[in-house]
Amino acid sequence: MSCAQTILDYGLRSLGIGERLLPRSDFTLCQQVTLIGSGLIWNLYFAFFALLFGFFLATGLALAKTSTNPWLRKPADGFIFLFRGSPLFIQFFLAYEALVLLPRAGVEIFGLTVATSWLAKAWAGALIVLTLNTAAYSAQNFHGALMSVPKGDIEAAEAYGMTGWTKFRRVLWPTMLRLAWPSYTNEAIFLFHATTLVFFSGFPAFQQRGDSLYYASYFAGQTFNPFVAYPIVAGYFILCTLALIGLFGIVNRRLNRHLPGAARRIRYRPQVIR
Amino acid sequence: MFSYCSDPSVLDGFAWLSCYLTTGTHMLFYASFGVVLLLLAITAPIALLFGYGGAMASRSRIAPIRWFGRIYTAMVRGVPDIIFFLFVPIALDQGLEWLRHKALCDSDAPVRQGNDFVVCAAAKLPLSTSPEWVHDIYAMTLAVIAFSVVFGAFAANVLYGAMQAVPRAQLETAEAYGMTPRQVTRRILVPQMWTYALPGLSNLWMILIKATPLLFLLGIEDIVYWARELGGAKTSSFAYPHPDWRLYYFLVVLVFYLLMTWVSERVLGRVTARLTQGQATLAGEAQRKAVAP
Repeated sequence: MSCAQTILDYGLRSLGIGERLLPRSDFTLCQQVTLIGSGLIWNLYFAFFALLFGFFLATGLALAKTSTNPWLRKPADGFIFLFRGSPLFIQFFLAYEALVLLPRAGVEIFGLTVATSWLAKAWAGALIVLTLNTAAYSAQNFHGALMSVPKGDIEAAEAYGMTGWTKFRRVLWPTMLRLAWPSYTNEAIFLFHATTLVFFSGFPAFQQRGDSLYYASYFAGQTFNPFVAYPIVAGYFILCTLALIGLFGIVNRRLNRHLPGAARRIRYRPQVIR
Repeated sequence: MFSYCSDPSVLDGFAWLSCYLTTGTHMLFYASFGVVLLLLAITAPIALLFGYGGAMASRSRIAPIRWFGRIYTAMVRGVPDIIFFLFVPIALDQGLEWLRHKALCDSDAPVRQGNDFVVCAAAKLPLSTSPEWVHDIYAMTLAVIAFSVVFGAFAANVLYGAMQAVPRAQLETAEAYGMTPRQVTRRILVPQMWTYALPGLSNLWMILIKATPLLFLLGIEDIVYWARELGGAKTSSFAYPHPDWRLYYFLVVLVFYLLMTWVSERVLGRVTARLTQGQATLAGEAQRKAVAP
């Protein structure tokens, strides 16, 4: 079987398109690279949507944390403590067990039956957990940045007569993002790395549609040889991380465009798993 | 555990719960919290040692050692650490068995035959005749090494940064007094680097706590394993029939971790305050001003 044929068969295997059976013996390098690359689709999916939704949630949480109203501040503090203080691994388990307990037939709300079974699937359940998790970590970053917005900026905005939403939208928010961006980049990288945990914790891989590490461990388990599959997935992740740093660097330059020389290179400081 | 537990079917309420929570398997569950704490206690110093070695190596004057240190510290960047947790124990296990195969076995047969990794009986690690606890200790040792390697790389990053942060003038002064490089390191560099390293190291400690559930992936019977076993409705290790209670067991585990991080945060905050006392840093200055208005 040629390599092109393998790519056609297994390129989208993680989405359930193509050959149904995974290779069982005589694994070629091409098969391993293709299948692990196919699994990478899931990692990118989780990372992209969790970052997208998490970003807005984190902004809201950071604002709630700075609020003087205890009814806003306390829940935000609690939420951030809960998700930053416990391992993501346990959060996945807990979320899965909780979502599985939902009634199969769906929940009745105002006479409407809302289906709930899709929540226990990885694409939805794990995405929710990852979104909440990254929101908590980013909210802490954003809160720190919000606290260090220069006082002069806010006074200047008020002198121009800006209040409320306008002040936030045009002064506070851009400055907050500018200050938080380097650490937010690290957060994004770690979220991306954390997506590998999804199929190793509570969520089962439906019809063997897993992420890249799922396939890598499948190969390593079948061949008793960790020296091929794991370096492949490591290589994929290094490439993706470099691309991510590049993308966030472009945004960083845009956020700092009014400050010549301020757009220093983002230093990647590892912070590991959570 | 209690005398009235001999016939649990007649009990109800609190008495039943007290019996249920003190069964033999539950005792193993409680002991597994000790396993997690043990892993933390063993791994943290070893990882710190690895980190110190890595940081010193990346400052070395000899190029190959420096490259080795740089590669080691850069290793964890870009690659999810869970890959290392899966890779290091298998790789280490196979590497050791291969070495023993070369030394102890007579056969010249290759260790990799198709999809199998075959060594002779004498080269197995641990030997298949050895008792259960040897297997447990071996698995735990591999896990500790995997954790130490990964967290050592992170600690190396932190310590390297801290060593760079020690003011250059301090080291130059020591050199001007005629100290050898070794003396400069021991008397000036190492004592001064801790205040710079502490924020990074305390962050690392929190991360280490939160990485311990990954022990489960390495096949150790840790709290996650027991929570699944005891909570599950159809598991082998448990006779009492009950519905799926895994949610409650995981809630207990969650509370344990929240408690651990909360206590650590408190303690590390105290240590930081203690170490910044009298330091010529922003935090030390703020502390001085707060005391003497």
